[in-house]
Amino acid sequence: MSAGPMPPNRPQVKALNCPHCGAALTLRSFGNAVTVVCESCHSILDAKDPNLQVLQRFQAATDPEKPLIPLGTRGKIRGTEYEVIGFERRTIHVDGVPYSWHEYVLFNPYKGFRYLTEYNGHWNDASVLKALPEILPYASPPKVKYLGETYRHFQTAKAGTSFVLGEFPWQVRVGESAEVTDYVSPPRVISSEQTGNEVAWSMGEYMSGKDVWKAFSLPGDPPEATGVYENQPSPLSADTKNIWVVFAAFLVLLVMMMIGFDMSSNKAEVFTGYYKYDSNQRGEASFVTDEFEIRGHTSNVEVDTSTDLNNRWIYLNYALINGETGQAFDFGREVSYYHGYDSDGSWSEGSANDSVAVPKVPPGRYYLRVEPEGDPGYGVTYYTISIKRDVPQNSWYGIALGALLLPAILLTWRTLSFEHLRWAESDHPPIRIGDSE
Amino acid sequence: MTQPAGTCPNCGAKIVFRWSSSVQTTCEYCKSILVRTDLDWQKVGQVADLPPNSSPIQLGTEGSYNHKAFTVIGRIVYEYEQGNWNEWHIVMNDGTSAWLSDAQDEYAVSFAAPGRHIPEAGNFQVGEPFVWDNITYLVSAITTAHYRGVEGELPFQYWDKGDVTFVDLRSESGDFATIDYSETTPALYLGEMVEFDSLALKNLRTFEGWS
Repeated sequence: MSAGPMPPNRPQVKALNCPHCGAALTLRSFGNAVTVVCESCHSILDAKDPNLQVLQRFQAATDPEKPLIPLGTRGKIRGTEYEVIGFERRTIHVDGVPYSWHEYVLFNPYKGFRYLTEYNGHWNDASVLKALPEILPYASPPKVKYLGETYRHFQTAKAGTSFVLGEFPWQVRVGESAEVTDYVSPPRVISSEQTGNEVAWSMGEYMSGKDVWKAFSLPGDPPEATGVYENQPSPLSADTKNIWVVFAAFLVLLVMMMIGFDMSSNKAEVFTGYYKYDSNQRGEASFVTDEFEIRGHTSNVEVDTSTDLNNRWIYLNYALINGETGQAFDFGREVSYYHGYDSDGSWSEGSANDSVAVPKVPPGRYYLRVEPEGDPGYGVTYYTISIKRDVPQNSWYGIALGALLLPAILLTWRTLSFEHLRWAESDHPPIRIGDSE
Repeated sequence: MTQPAGTCPNCGAKIVFRWSSSVQTTCEYCKSILVRTDLDWQKVGQVADLPPNSSPIQLGTEGSYNHKAFTVIGRIVYEYEQGNWNEWHIVMNDGTSAWLSDAQDEYAVSFAAPGRHIPEAGNFQVGEPFVWDNITYLVSAITTAHYRGVEGELPFQYWDKGDVTFVDLRSESGDFATIDYSETTPALYLGEMVEFDSLALKNLRTFEGWS
């Protein structure tokens, strides 16, 4: 590029004097500002006019406002250096109570304008939207969609400009107002500002005071943030999502463990015997089985009894006895099965089969002592006793599940409380149970 | 890429142009506005001093859009209530001509879109929808701008204008459209809003106190 015309003069920061009070004025935006406000006498001046014609003067003496980030301060936002060139306070009235926030105009000669807003220690990094948000029709509360994300209506209010300093890329006047509507999807907020029939859209992203202080290398500490702000990311929402992910992972693990242990557990049948009990027969009904081997580590043993009972009961006194040490596990099982028909149809009660787990049985050689009892006159009952080793106990899984579920539920509840505080400040406060709309 | 194209009929300076289809250019020495005739260049006007401008872009700035390199070869300057803005005439390395608008450091790239239905001027409302090439655009601003001057090479004759009405439109996916009502046949341009960084611009102006 040899024969191009000479580039125009290098733009320079302009130092001027306020036509009203004579104080020094710096124009930092290289002619991009439309209005500039004198920091000494608060005259609003036409930045486009070489003589800086006074457009408006406003009384700030009784209501001085000092920007937390002084005009002229530079800082880095998303890797780009910006200079603070303007500052305004905007005020809305809700039920007659004024609420004010602050807006800082940031400028970079290549990237243009950007904004920082601050309310009660909550900050937002805001810029003008490149595309129009899609207003979702018939949504209640209203919603907008932008880049695939849905934003929920938070508040619509008339915001008045109540204090200004420095440069602005628009015609700023104290006392003028616009209808401001916020739609939130934390940590982002989309705002529309309507004046007349023109609508300006911008997007803000929540910033902590700490990050603002770091970005602009400000001394001291930022003011403490109070309350929950409309697009403040819930400190717990990410955790809540995570804990459910962790919960789901553990659940899968648990199910896999259950299946795994079920398949890998021996469930070895160590003994089976077929017996007959005749309640009409007099004499000693008790007997002992042959010895059998119970292997492995100390764990449970399942004793299953299956009978051919039919509208009868049988009671079995069991003792699982270690033939070597004499250690005995005593337990009794009543097995009963009744069924029939009545006016309500068929019914049944109990079961002809029974199963019981004897916990913590050390390995060794065992035998079972069995003493059946029954109503005399019942006659013959056939039954089978089978003994299994190392049967998984599924009730433990239920307890583990509960232990996992509890923190997840607690965290979810806390997150919901945070969201409750957020929306309590909106045009759509959450409805408490019992309230009617 | 640059090629000689004769001499300025006003001052005799050499006229160099960067795009073979340029219809108009300005003499960089005497600021005459020159239009191409069959044989040579003809002076049609004179550029008054352009207003002080803070665009980081200048003639000769190079960048890239949609993986195509481009060079800024001309511009039209307008004035409106927010100051002035530039329509930079850019030429892609495949010879296509396009426009890079810069208003208060907000950038858009657009291309002339002839042959499409253009609504008549004067009956627009902000928010009104129009559809071109299956994209729905909503009117975002109706601006009466004042022509302030030209510089460099342009794809058409353009000088000595007064007030010009522009209708700007945007879509929900970042598309940008503008209608220029300066001629009896209005001109439609279709394009998109762009991020400064995405253009990878080189040979920009420098600003005092900014590196």
